[in-house]
Amino acid sequence: MAMSMSPAVSVSGLVKTFGRTRALDGLELSVARGEVHGFLGPNGAGKSTTIRVLLGLIRADSGTVRLLDGDPWRDSVALHRRLAHVPGDVTLWRNLTGGEVIDLLGRLRGGLNPDRRAELLERFELDPTKKGNAYSKGNRQKVALVAAFASDAELLILDEPTSGLDPLMEEVFRGCVAEGRDRGRTVLLSSHVLSEVEALCDRVSIIRAGRTVESGSLAALRHLTRTSIEAELGDAPQGLDRLPGLHGVDLGQGDGGGVHLRCQVDTDRLDALLRVLSAAGVRTLTSRPPTLEELFLRHYEQPAESAPQGVTS
Amino acid sequence: MTAGRMTAGLGELLRLALRRDRIMLPIWIYALIGSVVSTLVSIRRLYPDDASREQLAQSINGNPSLRTLYGPVYDAHSVGALTAWRILPFGGLMIGLLCVLLITRHTRAEEESGRLELIGAGAVGRSAPLAAALGTALTACVTVALAVPLLMTAFGEDAAGSFALGLAYAGVGLVFAGAAALAAQVTGTARAANGIGGALLGLAYVLRATGDASGSSGPEWLVWLSPLGWAERVRPYRDNAWWLPALMLAAFVVQVAGAYLLADRRDLGSGLLPQRPGPPAGAPSLRSAYVLGLRLQRGSLYGWTAGFLAAGLVFGGISQGIRQLLQGSGSAQQLLERMGGTHGAVDSYLSTMVSTFGMVAAVYAVQTVLRLRGEETGGRAEPVLATGVARLTWAWSHLVYPLLGSAVLLLAAGLGLGLGTGAVLGDLGGWTWRLLGAALVQLPAVWVFAGAAVALFGLLPRWTAAAWGIVGVLLFIAYLGPLLSAGQWVLDLTPFTHVPRLPGGTVTLQPLLWLTLVTVALGGAGLAGLRRRDLG
Repeated sequence: MAMSMSPAVSVSGLVKTFGRTRALDGLELSVARGEVHGFLGPNGAGKSTTIRVLLGLIRADSGTVRLLDGDPWRDSVALHRRLAHVPGDVTLWRNLTGGEVIDLLGRLRGGLNPDRRAELLERFELDPTKKGNAYSKGNRQKVALVAAFASDAELLILDEPTSGLDPLMEEVFRGCVAEGRDRGRTVLLSSHVLSEVEALCDRVSIIRAGRTVESGSLAALRHLTRTSIEAELGDAPQGLDRLPGLHGVDLGQGDGGGVHLRCQVDTDRLDALLRVLSAAGVRTLTSRPPTLEELFLRHYEQPAESAPQGVTS
Repeated sequence: MTAGRMTAGLGELLRLALRRDRIMLPIWIYALIGSVVSTLVSIRRLYPDDASREQLAQSINGNPSLRTLYGPVYDAHSVGALTAWRILPFGGLMIGLLCVLLITRHTRAEEESGRLELIGAGAVGRSAPLAAALGTALTACVTVALAVPLLMTAFGEDAAGSFALGLAYAGVGLVFAGAAALAAQVTGTARAANGIGGALLGLAYVLRATGDASGSSGPEWLVWLSPLGWAERVRPYRDNAWWLPALMLAAFVVQVAGAYLLADRRDLGSGLLPQRPGPPAGAPSLRSAYVLGLRLQRGSLYGWTAGFLAAGLVFGGISQGIRQLLQGSGSAQQLLERMGGTHGAVDSYLSTMVSTFGMVAAVYAVQTVLRLRGEETGGRAEPVLATGVARLTWAWSHLVYPLLGSAVLLLAAGLGLGLGTGAVLGDLGGWTWRLLGAALVQLPAVWVFAGAAVALFGLLPRWTAAAWGIVGVLLFIAYLGPLLSAGQWVLDLTPFTHVPRLPGGTVTLQPLLWLTLVTVALGGAGLAGLRRRDLG
């Protein structure tokens, strides 16, 4: 694109303290235009605080923050017309219906697309005639999601937007984010759910205790992760103890007389492991991508667990 | 479930509730008890002998306007009786308010926020949460019922009368605790539950005031419809009508039983009134923060306006006969003038009423300002402020109500007073115009309360609720100060001291301009603070 320009979000050295608590401690974040950026971190890491700074709801103590080439504190109103925000915990007015809230928020943002609104209500299976307090958590979340996706905002700031959604609706959500990206929107997606981030995000930033600990493309990040493997094998696998990048290996008697294996493997060593397993005759195989917790454990506890554990047979 | 299982966890819940109220509750109880003692002391000082007390009683009893405010003096010879007479109408209102707020806070508000679900999932009996809420209200009432007689006897008052006073006082609290427990089952929100409780308190006050004002020549029986009237008719230190505290206790028990019956018939989180579906899309007009503000504030504005209009009509209607009653009662005239009126008995009565409406409007003004803080902490400000709505626009979308909604209330009260007075005294148009004007003159004083609340909200958001403390203290001074001959500098603290007494007095613009200026300064500081501070 001609105007391939400054990042949509650019945060550097961001510090925010609440009393004696240092909620953000030199945070770095850069979201390029048109990308879907995953914003990961455990509870209390500072994700929501960062987003509140980006929305101009709270003021940074120090550091630089740029949002769509503006200052989120000073230019908040002008910037807000160009973005849509979905909080992680949506509270609605109890005397307004969901449909009214969607229209109100959309219009306050400068208008929303009525066709897309109707389509989104359908896709999210949301009844817009209920009053705010009659919705469940997931349905309140859907109200905010429909309002955001039905707008023409160029930046979507989504703060754990799928909390409370059932798996079917999570799928709908993923479709909406993908469509948004196809339309050239920028998405900042704060999340706990690594599978969601993996499915949607081009790049991710991981924060912990108010600092950015990792930032980059998912492919780069996968090198840091482990995949969990569970397999039923015909024979005992040969040479397992010589494979690098293997962790927590647990070999035992399988149900059908074979060998049961459970282990974790560094994702870039997966291929080597599979060769060894297929040589032993694979009957069943489950591989599970690393959860966010495993990623964090791997990332934060690296020194404590760097050597592969002994193989038991 | 057995009774024991139904109330499992009650002890823990009660401790939790008392811990949450560990600051608010002692302050309230201290104020409730302290006002009794300070009233006793001032009466002893101001009316040291039988003659002066006799004179006080004559002037009050001969004057419907003062009887409206305070009820009749039933025994001028006992300082204890005078204290009880003075404290029960206003103190009863306050302890009733405390109990309504306590019950709602620990029942419907908890349920609305979802915290009760968290607790209900624990080893907690189904009856325990309501019982714990009632327990906090009982704690307050029992403390008052014990401390008041202890202190009064320590000050040398008769023991039986002192106990009757304590029971009458606490009894009002119990009745309204029961009413609030019922309201919490019927409504879906804490706001509505408090609204019902507040409306019942207002109704109790109006019934008592109307009955007392009309005296034996009018519908005095109205007093018996009001728990505040029951407390008054205990007549501590003279009749000690023990059956009335027993009646109040019975009313409490019956209402609590009703609340439990209703609680059994409904689901957690719901009220009894069913939810109806609403419009699937926003009306074309629903496109600005101001329209949202209107949607959020209009229900309470309508309710308050209706209440003001109705109370105005009632109080206007009983101005009948004041002229005759006052003839030949020089001392009443004197005291009336001390109350602030300057010309004419009816004018004086009406100006007292107008001023009372102004004070109640201050409660509305503060309540509507505090809605901003409620929206902020409830997470409902964030979605609006994350759109193209500036902070000040959002703030103004609510501040319209303390500023102009208060004017609507005052005009409703003025209209009611004018129509009521005109209907019984003739000259409907003249009275209506005069009272509309008189009521509107209160507005700058009402604004000062709103300004103080905005200043707290913008500069010390965590202390926004302290605005209620300001309202309480200033209204206490304004209500009881003149009769207790508080020093002028104390009276000067309350904005209502500076408002011209109308009808009857002369309009001076200067104090109104000063009050407006104070409001602008407080409100401006608050809004400047709001622009600079963190939200949420």
